[in-house]
Order: sequence, then structure tokens, then C-alpha cells
Amino acid sequence: MSTTVVNTGTEGKTWGGGNEPLKASYGKLMMWFFIVSDALTFSAFLAAYGFSRFKFIETWPIADEVFTHVPFLHGQELPMIYVAFMTFVLIMSSVTMVLAVDAGHHLKKGKVTVYMLLTIIGGLIFVGSQAWEWATFIKGDYGAIQTKGGNILQFVDTDGHRVALRDFVEAEHKERTQHERKNGIWFVSEGSLPSYTVEEVIHGLESHDNVLVRTQDINEHGHKTVLSREESLKQLKTNGKQVVEGANLHVNEYGSPLFADFFFFITGFHGFHVFSGVVINIIIFFNVILGTYEKRKNYEMVEKVGLYWHFVDLVWVFVFTFFYLV
Amino acid sequence: MADAHKLEILRGLVKFKSNTQKIWGVLILLSIVTTVEVILGIIKPESLMGYFLGMKILNWIFIILTIVKAYYITWDFMHMRDETPALRKMVVWTAIFLICYLVFILLQEGGYIQGVYSSGFIKKDF
Repeated sequence: MSTTVVNTGTEGKTWGGGNEPLKASYGKLMMWFFIVSDALTFSAFLAAYGFSRFKFIETWPIADEVFTHVPFLHGQELPMIYVAFMTFVLIMSSVTMVLAVDAGHHLKKGKVTVYMLLTIIGGLIFVGSQAWEWATFIKGDYGAIQTKGGNILQFVDTDGHRVALRDFVEAEHKERTQHERKNGIWFVSEGSLPSYTVEEVIHGLESHDNVLVRTQDINEHGHKTVLSREESLKQLKTNGKQVVEGANLHVNEYGSPLFADFFFFITGFHGFHVFSGVVINIIIFFNVILGTYEKRKNYEMVEKVGLYWHFVDLVWVFVFTFFYLV
Repeated sequence: MADAHKLEILRGLVKFKSNTQKIWGVLILLSIVTTVEVILGIIKPESLMGYFLGMKILNWIFIILTIVKAYYITWDFMHMRDETPALRKMVVWTAIFLICYLVFILLQEGGYIQGVYSSGFIKKDF
């Protein structure tokens, strides 16, 4: 007599075993499994961004004022244009990917090769654009003053247009040199010194009557608050602590440092996904050329990589909305 | 495999003759949605600045359009439309439920902390 059950009486039913109830291969299911978990990772990052933004809702930077640059159009304020271009590049490379998958279903090696190549080029353009966006953001534009409490004071003229520090501050001759690891206390160094000191900025503000201070606070019209002339001077003199140019993980001339942290982290993580996607696409591209899938009579590998590539596009759609639009 | 594709989008409003044609159709749809988003993001019409359920109407539009785009990327580019209903539900329901849960908790908490800050328990305006 048998002590283990071999037959359960469900043979032949969908989940009775021995068949594929989901009508998808193991590899494809595992790719979906990975995508779901990766989607949860990304949504956790975006939700954390939302958390910090809700926490500082009254002072959060306005994305339209941060990302206004387009390559070759220097000095013009063009919010959204560049990032819309990036979105379009990524959607376009998704389209060439899905066309490659479609050509794979028809076992057309030549077409798969061409479409895979186009997908790779699209991915590279996107990663390159993101690198430029990062470089612009890190370099900064106008410069600002950070206060003792960590708030950012920016400068505008009487019409409300932004004024860069270089337009009204004059750098004096300084004897101060950058502290390096080899000097003084061992293994302690400082970052590169900003172009101006707080005193020079105060002098600059005093000698230019048309420059005002703009704080981080968002007023009821959804704009940042601009202080009066007396308040500007008072705020700068009593609270000004540090000159900030550009953005990094510690300071951010556009506002809350958290904004820069999340920007670097989320777009960086997404950019890393795009980069890995490009590498994987290149591997598959060479496999296609070598005829690996032609011999198998099955291009499902292209489809699986395609799933990942579309997922990267899907994530970008959300990053685009929550970083640049909302 | 290739003839198993479902070739209609928008609940049968638009039908395509081949899968390739459907792909280009979806691209046009996604481009239109993105263009609308960008235009609204640049001009920010004053009429959409009102609040609905605690959020600006414009932001509701952005989020809904994003979900529309996500739907077409998943359904047509990732071929979710052609998968079995069981696979579809396993992936989509799980993800949506967990994401909604996470987003709700974190945003609720962020709003609470903002309330603590602005109602003056902690001094940070210096």
C-alpha cells in the first residue's frame, strides 16, 4: 500500500500539473516577477519623494524653475522642453524594441537586427541626455545663499527675474586658500571654495538697489515670496551663512537639499536601469547577429529583454510626472 | 504567435490590420498624451488651479494621463493584452494594491509632519 498520494483526482484540470496554466514560459514569468518587484522599489522611492515633499510642501522647489535648460540654447528659460525630448526618445526606443519583438515572431533576422540597433541608439541618447541634465544641475546657474537654518535665499530684480550672483557681486582679492588633507588636521579636507564670500554678497546687495531676496516660501499664488529691500538686507545680514553654487548631496541652490538628493537618487537609479538595459540589448543584438535565435527558431529572448526595456520606459513616465509636472 | 495578437485599442474604437500598425497607433496615442501634458505643464491654465479632493485639478489630470500612458505601455508594448487573464491579474493587481498602500501611508505621514511643523511645535524659521 502506498503511503504517499500520487494522484489527486485533479489531473487534466488547469492547475492539475503537467501543463502551463499561464501559457507563458518560465523565463517570461520570471521577468514579470522581477518587474513587479522592481516596480515596487521604484514606487517606494517615488513615495519617499512624495513624503519629503509633503513634509516641506510650503517651501519645496518649483521644478519649472529648476529644469529650464536646453543644450545649444544658452540663457533661455525653456522649462519642460528638454525633458519632453528625453521622454519622446525613450518612447521611440520602446517602439523600435516592440517592432524588434514583432519581427522576431516572424523570424526575420535582418529586421530584428536593425530594430535592436535603433533601440540601443535610443537608449544611449537618453543616457547621454540625462548626463547633460545632471551636469547642468550640479553646475547650477544663479547661485544662492544658505542661511543658518538651512534655508536658501535667491536673488531677483524688481521685475521678479532671477539675478545671478556674478551679476551683482564683485569678488575681492582673498588670501584664503583651500584646506587640503595634507595640511593642518590630518585627513580632514574641505570642498572647493565658492567664488564669493557672504560679505561680498552683502556688499553687492547694498550697492545694487534693484536686487531683492527671494525666499523658499511659496505664497498663496504658488510663487516664491520676494522680500522688500529692507527685509532682504536684514535677512541676508542676520542669517546668511554660506554661498551655494549648484547642487550636490549637501547643498542645493534651488532650495531644499532633499530635492537634489531625491533627484540624484531616483533619476540616477533609473539611469542605471537604462544603462543596464543598453548593455543587455547589446548582448542580445550580438546574439541576433550570430544567429543564436535563428538556430533556436525562437526569438523569445528578444521579447524578455523587451519587457525589461519597456519597464524602464514605464518608470520614466512616472518619474517625468512626479519630478517635472506635478 | 503573431496571429494571436488582439488588434483593437480604446475598447474597439480603433482597430488595426496588423500588429505593426497597432504599435505605430499606440505611439501616436502616447505622443499625443505627452504633448498635452507638456503644453499643460508650460501654460498651467489658471482655470485648472482649483482644488479637488485636496489636490490641484491640474495635478489630477497629470496623474490620470500618466496612468493612461502606463496602461498602453503595459498592455500593448509589453503585450499584457495578449497574456492570459490570470497572469495579467497576478502582475497588475499585486503591484497596484501594494503601491497604493505604500503611497497612501507615506503621503499621509508626510502631511502629518508638515502639520506639526507649521502649527508651531518645532521652530525652524531662523
